[in-house]
Amino acid sequence: MGIKVLIPTPLRNLTNEKESVEVNGANVAEVFDSLEAQHPGLKERLVDDAGELRRFVNVYVNQEDVRFKEGKDTVLSDGDELSIVPAIAGGR
Amino acid sequence: MGEQVGYTPLIKADRLAKALGLGEVWLKNDTVNYPTLSFKDRVVSVALSRSIEMGFDVVACASTGNLANSVAANAAAAGLTSFVFIPSDLEVGKVLGSLVYGTNVIPVDGTYDKVNRLCSEVADKYNWAFANVNIRPYYAEGSKTMAFEIAEQLGWRIPDNIVVPMAGGSLITKIHKAFNEFRKLGLVEDTPCRIFGAQAENCSPIVTAVKNGSDLIKPVENPDTIVKSLAIGNPADGFYAYHVMESTGGYGENPTDAETVAGIKLLGETEGIFAETAGGVTVSATKRLVESGKLSKDSSVVLCITGNGLKTREVLEGTYHVHDAIQPTLSDVVGLMDSLKNSSNQKVEEAAWA
Repeated sequence: MGIKVLIPTPLRNLTNEKESVEVNGANVAEVFDSLEAQHPGLKERLVDDAGELRRFVNVYVNQEDVRFKEGKDTVLSDGDELSIVPAIAGGR
Repeated sequence: MGEQVGYTPLIKADRLAKALGLGEVWLKNDTVNYPTLSFKDRVVSVALSRSIEMGFDVVACASTGNLANSVAANAAAAGLTSFVFIPSDLEVGKVLGSLVYGTNVIPVDGTYDKVNRLCSEVADKYNWAFANVNIRPYYAEGSKTMAFEIAEQLGWRIPDNIVVPMAGGSLITKIHKAFNEFRKLGLVEDTPCRIFGAQAENCSPIVTAVKNGSDLIKPVENPDTIVKSLAIGNPADGFYAYHVMESTGGYGENPTDAETVAGIKLLGETEGIFAETAGGVTVSATKRLVESGKLSKDSSVVLCITGNGLKTREVLEGTYHVHDAIQPTLSDVVGLMDSLKNSSNQKVEEAAWA
């Protein structure tokens, strides 16, 4: 059993339209690396060149915003659920 | 749908201007917007019209109350099924103000931000039109009518200054956009407008960023304020709202809950308008802006009053003293008048601002 990652609609073109994928990783950053290995192109949609979460991407571990935990270093355990939610904003 | 929405009064508020020490104050009074007494009817009329065009038959939203009321009412009028997701601790008036339209109210344990996250996931699961999630680009455009009307009602000109309440930060960015569109179209002269934002002290991530001079919006995990309609800890448009205030020479203020109540009272007593807590925040933020010199004393300011006080009556509990009932006799009235001569209403008012 690994980490269940919920994929939002705008990113499902990178996951063969799968709503969720199972990957391994001891923290959020490692999960992103695992996602990238399985579904190339996904990671750059989530983090910038420095590896920091993009401004308009929200990541939740078991419903908690990782920004209120340790961000990309937030520790994960088998069976955790990680939800990626785009912040829908802007539009000039 | 939504043909009757908007075109609310723009009121020249001379008594409030005098109380605030400003040259001229105008109130855009969306406390009487049709049909659900808040500016949200503007965004919903656009969002639901587009939802119908796109073939949705279920509409929904994540809401701090006003949006839920508006989605529920407008969905009922359009014959659509609706689901409104709200934090479970909302004011009774806002819950009943949704239920009466036959909607499905889904209270969620947790903050608005948790409700919003849940709705993003629900929108991915069901084929529903969420006004402020998957239909948000249209919803957001609906806010522009508030600014279009202000410019028109001022005689086709842009105001010098405007104070806007902020929750997710969408309205303030769209007011800026709307004024720019009128400028580009040549409907108004290209005069500057300083745009100011208002949030409640205990949930003010955007104002805090403005005061710190950094566009990094630090989310507030557990907003704790009576101003529930603005209690969004993770404002989706915060980054844009910051730059609207910064680029127009505006600023942000974040009054306390006590100041908010005083602002509601001041608006009621000077202009006869009963605003909800967001209106109290806007009035009391303006007072702070005058006191700090960010708004000069002779300036002309428009205040966006976005929701109706009948929905948030709880915040005034304990604020007013109701006289004991009298007998229907003239002597009881005379006795009451004598006792009123010694009343200290004025001092109570001053204490609230302290």
